[in-house]
Amino acid sequence: MTKEKVLEKFLLFVALSSISILALIAFFIFIEGIPLIWKKGVFSFLCGERWYPSRGDFGILPMIVGSFLVTIGALIIGVPFGLACALFLGELTPPLIGMIFRPAIQLLAAIPSVIYGFWGLIVIVPLIREYLGGPGLSVLAGSLVLGIMILPTIISISEDSLRALPRSYKEGALSLGATHWQTIWRVLIPAAKSGIVASIILGMGRAIGETMAMIMILGNAVQMPESILSSARTLTTNIGIEMGYATGDHRQALFATGVILFLIIMLLNALALIISKKRVR
Amino acid sequence: MPFEGKILIQNFHFFYENTLALKNINLRIDEKQIFAILGPARSGKTTLLKSLNRLTDLIHGTRHTGNIFLDGQEIFDSSISLPELRRRVGMVFDLPTPLPLSIFENVAYGPRLKGQSQKNKLQEIVEAALKAAALWEEVKDRLNNSAFRLSGGQQQRLCIARVLALDPEVIMLDEPCSGLDPISTRAIEETLYELKKKYTIVIVPHNIQQASRIADRVAFFLGGELIEEGPVAQIFTKPQKKITEDYLSGKYG
Amino acid sequence: MSISRFTTEKIAKYTIWISALLTLLVMVWILFQVLREGLPLITFNFLFDYPHEMGRKGGISPTIIGTMALTIIAIIVATPLGVGTAVYLREYTRESRVSRLIRFGTDCLAGVPSIIFGLFGFIFFVIFLGLGWSIISGGLTLAIMILPTIICTAEEAIKATPYSFREVSYALGGTRWQTTWKVVLPNSLPGIITGVLLGVGRSVGETAAIILTAGSSLLMPDSLFAPVRTMAVHFYILAREGISMEMAYATGAALIIMILLINSAANFLLHRYLKKLER
Repeated sequence: MTKEKVLEKFLLFVALSSISILALIAFFIFIEGIPLIWKKGVFSFLCGERWYPSRGDFGILPMIVGSFLVTIGALIIGVPFGLACALFLGELTPPLIGMIFRPAIQLLAAIPSVIYGFWGLIVIVPLIREYLGGPGLSVLAGSLVLGIMILPTIISISEDSLRALPRSYKEGALSLGATHWQTIWRVLIPAAKSGIVASIILGMGRAIGETMAMIMILGNAVQMPESILSSARTLTTNIGIEMGYATGDHRQALFATGVILFLIIMLLNALALIISKKRVR
Repeated sequence: MPFEGKILIQNFHFFYENTLALKNINLRIDEKQIFAILGPARSGKTTLLKSLNRLTDLIHGTRHTGNIFLDGQEIFDSSISLPELRRRVGMVFDLPTPLPLSIFENVAYGPRLKGQSQKNKLQEIVEAALKAAALWEEVKDRLNNSAFRLSGGQQQRLCIARVLALDPEVIMLDEPCSGLDPISTRAIEETLYELKKKYTIVIVPHNIQQASRIADRVAFFLGGELIEEGPVAQIFTKPQKKITEDYLSGKYG
Repeated sequence: MSISRFTTEKIAKYTIWISALLTLLVMVWILFQVLREGLPLITFNFLFDYPHEMGRKGGISPTIIGTMALTIIAIIVATPLGVGTAVYLREYTRESRVSRLIRFGTDCLAGVPSIIFGLFGFIFFVIFLGLGWSIISGGLTLAIMILPTIICTAEEAIKATPYSFREVSYALGGTRWQTTWKVVLPNSLPGIITGVLLGVGRSVGETAAIILTAGSSLLMPDSLFAPVRTMAVHFYILAREGISMEMAYATGAALIIMILLINSAANFLLHRYLKKLER
């Protein structure tokens, strides 16, 4: 009897590991990063346009803009294609093709980001440089590749939401004389709205958090990007590039960037959770 | 008065959340007989059985008032070991539920849980249990096969053997023959007839005829209440309540 | 001019089909690009030789060892933690404040970007615990990255075990732990292994967190506390520093092959598991 009780307590301890680790991560990142934000001032950190570590300038606005642009671009590409594929899987595909398509999407999700970055580097970047000008290493390149990378996230969650809808929705609409597409567009998608929105938010989180592929194709110029053909840095690539050799204040500034990133991601995750909970079952 | 019989149920009420499933049950079950619990669906028969070995504890939001005594000891007492209680009061469910193990390991499962690990001791126990369940001859050459390969009737007798391997005092069977063909049913009924010499058997029969075939005493339940109980001959020929008579003559079911 | 709804339907369907095909095409393009150039370069020597001249020549054997070592540590640490959490959530509690907290933690952990894990791994394992850039630092960091995946798949596998198995075990005098250990877990094993394989796949491809915790030394590691380079990191460095495109292609191809194998194994297991459930 006591052995059982001990086991139960032990398993509780184990189960609390995920939340404890999360707390630990937040703690250490904040401990390293907050003092610098405090020292330099929140405003000058978040809105400063100059990032010159050797001079003690730590303004991350260019990186924030870079992250923002690349993410929006990724969504512009990823959401329509993702939704289309989700609809394809859910509504249009004969089962045989579905059996090929679904594992293909899983494979897309399993490809490491460095491979995506590499492909972007040798295919997309030269194409942009050739036909659109600029260095090729650009926000556009980043958006394109990132858009592909977030497809699996958007597809799987949207498809799940569509699949969770009661059959009566579809059958009801069709029996009232709606075409298949009308049913999809006017009934199913609105009904699955919260799930689809959640998938977009999670896709956004994935996009903002991407590092390796972006380092390889964004060009990493520490400047405010002027157009989509400009080179840029994101919050993540900034950390990824400089962490290897940063010390002192510089290192702390990178952790501070991590703090901002962490907060943004947690916010997005919470948003996605709230929206998906609101789903009408 | 209170410490009589093998099982004594006193003023027992049982609740699933806020629904009253058993109402003021007073019942005494003596040992070494077959005690049948009859009644239409949703009368609380399964709930009663599962209360006797406290399987109802597994369900969230259940509670009870009143007492159940096994050999004079209150089974809901906090000092009672649940595993021990369930070994003494074994249960066979309505659907055959072999575990995803071999035939041998299914029967040996209970003794292993108890701590028995010696190979030859286990072999003795398994053989004895399978013989008592009248299954030994049919499976003795394929003890290592998966239990799923047995027929429905054989699987059910396996479930009986599983319980017997723990040397219980009470064996409860909840519609053990539902879904089985008449031959398998007959085989199980004959087994129960043999088993009652050693164990106390509480059975929810598949139908009224089964009760009249094998039971010694019968209790009639309706809507969670015990309507009446008595020797099988008396209940079937001279029931005291009209609703009992109506049920037995098939006026409702 | 208004388009009839049937025309709209046609246009919509074509658009969707084209989108789906384009997506498939892109994926094939990406894999094909690397495999076409890299696969022919994967020779026995490539896999077993040491790298020379910063990776310009020679093989990638230390990186293969590095990848395996980190993955093994990650699995060894994350699997018991993950399965234990899943067991607790499914067998030992009902929905309560504690279980909601645990799930919240797991969901959030799943959303943390790898660079943040890298920062944490660096400041906690490398610096605070003094483990330095090492296999153990990288492995432990990877472990917490794949923990949510294992918890999720383990929970699904445990949930799929029929209730009757548990009821029978309890009815035969089993305690909660005995029932979990002897019936539920063995029955959930295929699903759990699938989750572990998914974690392996993630570990193999991970780069950002590894660079910051396991370092990027090209030497063959001689202990758990030695730094090491994984295949993914090597691939990244080769490509970005422009050291050798050939070697990059080859390493990338090897990486992709590994991931394809792991994914197929996971899918195969999942299929067998689902078939078993139907019985």
